Amino acid sequence: MSDSSYQTVDASALYQRAQSDRVAPSLYYDPAVFETELERIFYKTWIWVAHESELPNPGDFRTTTIGRQPVIVVRDKSGAVNVLQNRCRHRGATVCEQHKGNAKGFTCPYHSWTYGLDGALRALPYGDGYEGVIDKTELPLASLRVGIYQGLIFASFNQDIEPLEDFLGGAKPWIDLFMKQGVGYPIKANGEHRFRFNGNWKIQLENTTDLYHFPVVHKSWMKSIDDETAAAITSFMTSDQAFCRSLGNGHSLAVLVPELVDLDHDDGAPIPERFEELAATLAKKHTPDEVRRIVRSLMGVGFNLNLFPNLALSMAFFRVLRPISANETEIRHVALAMDGGPEEANRVRLRIHEHFQGPFGFGSPDDAEAWERVQRGSHAGPDLPILVNRGLNRESTAPNGEKTAHATDETGMREAYAQWRTMMEQA
Amino acid sequence: MMDQKNTLFSQQTFAGAIELIWREAELLDRKDYREWLSLWDPAGFYVVPIDPATTDFAATLNYAYDDQDMREKRVQRMMSGYSASASDAARTVRTVSRFTLTSETSDEVEVSSAQIIVAYKRGKSTLFAADLTHRISFASGEPRIAQKVIRLIDSTEALSAIGFLL
Repeated sequence: MSDSSYQTVDASALYQRAQSDRVAPSLYYDPAVFETELERIFYKTWIWVAHESELPNPGDFRTTTIGRQPVIVVRDKSGAVNVLQNRCRHRGATVCEQHKGNAKGFTCPYHSWTYGLDGALRALPYGDGYEGVIDKTELPLASLRVGIYQGLIFASFNQDIEPLEDFLGGAKPWIDLFMKQGVGYPIKANGEHRFRFNGNWKIQLENTTDLYHFPVVHKSWMKSIDDETAAAITSFMTSDQAFCRSLGNGHSLAVLVPELVDLDHDDGAPIPERFEELAATLAKKHTPDEVRRIVRSLMGVGFNLNLFPNLALSMAFFRVLRPISANETEIRHVALAMDGGPEEANRVRLRIHEHFQGPFGFGSPDDAEAWERVQRGSHAGPDLPILVNRGLNRESTAPNGEKTAHATDETGMREAYAQWRTMMEQA
Repeated sequence: MMDQKNTLFSQQTFAGAIELIWREAELLDRKDYREWLSLWDPAGFYVVPIDPATTDFAATLNYAYDDQDMREKRVQRMMSGYSASASDAARTVRTVSRFTLTSETSDEVEVSSAQIIVAYKRGKSTLFAADLTHRISFASGEPRIAQKVIRLIDSTEALSAIGFLL
């Protein structure tokens, strides 16, 4: 049952607005495009909803929203993770409004219909009015398809969707590499920053593999860190070892610190001065090799991995986007820790996260400013395209179809828009 | 006699603390961040927590958890001209009131209060409401901020980017 109150676009004409290396600015602000995106992308494909570490025990849940649809991600008594529509089957009220917690079940506040952790309708009061009218077994909280890879929980409204691992495809080896920053400990979500900006979700999507902006937008952050770290982080601008790559299905990769791609490969570089004190503390309980491995992982991996359409594994954190309207997007930056790992190192990871991320960080507010300026400026010259053609002159294609260009190039954005168009054009 | 003396001392320190908090509020609205730095005890922390229940700020993720070094860097960033969000920051007007003396020792008081900031930028006003807790030290003779904790009432929701100091 589709909601006809929203106007969607004629997808057959989209090729005029989304070419392979340029897109029409109206893709950022056309409400009909936005509604079509919800229907054909966010309500069709795999959407990241939580990390398994957020639900360690039966009954643990967190709520989130896919497009406009509120859902509950919950671990049931069997240990399985369910993603349930947060909506009573009676009159539509949400059955849970907490961000996270532990529950035995979910009870609607309106008429006390009660659901189990698997979504089954367990009880409703004064059932005599329903005798011969409804069958409780036919009215559970509606379930989404669930797929889990490396602790990343994805859900889809599309019960016929391809398996998650096929969808992730060429991104999987990079997800595996990302998780190595746990240093053998499980990765744990360790708090999150949430903020909104007045701009379209695709502006954020583009940004994760946009390394070209980094030294410009984040100059004030770079001025606040030591020269050694600033030089290491921005060496990609002129390095021919740093690259951007399309991975298929809209996913893409930007490698900015090549020596930190695989954290198991120690390049032998000295421990940065600013981490020497931590290293000395860690050395009391850990071998020298372990100390190096932990310290080398504090800033995360040397790449950003963009998973179409709503998740990025970005150096040391998860970036999650949620489209709110054509002109508004919510971002979450989830901090990560070594679950059971050395507390002093996890605290340093928290401080690194706070330093850059979130509405009050030294980095994110400047990103948000740039994105809002894109949203405002794109209304000028509606016939002038948004260019995503940087590096077309130096892009190479591997036998498996993956395209690679320099780290500052826009290969990742082109991959995302290609997938966007494919999905938007599907009836 | 002793009780009256203590009461008088208490009232004077409380009034001195409130005066400092109002002075701080005025400096922040005027974005005189360098002068704001001088209000601090160098050992103090400026904290904007996320988790409404946490008191162990070092062990949890915050919006800000600034020691002296980070405060100086934050001010430097905001005044450097290199930050687009700070260079074009919202104008703010804030009210701090509903003061309560929550604890006191011979050289330090803790004062809780309510803060309402209206931040105006590009035709839009945004509200930032928070419970504040100031620890103010009188150890050096002059009142100094030894800790400021800003608990935004919507800290667990999505916030707008903040290009000024709370």
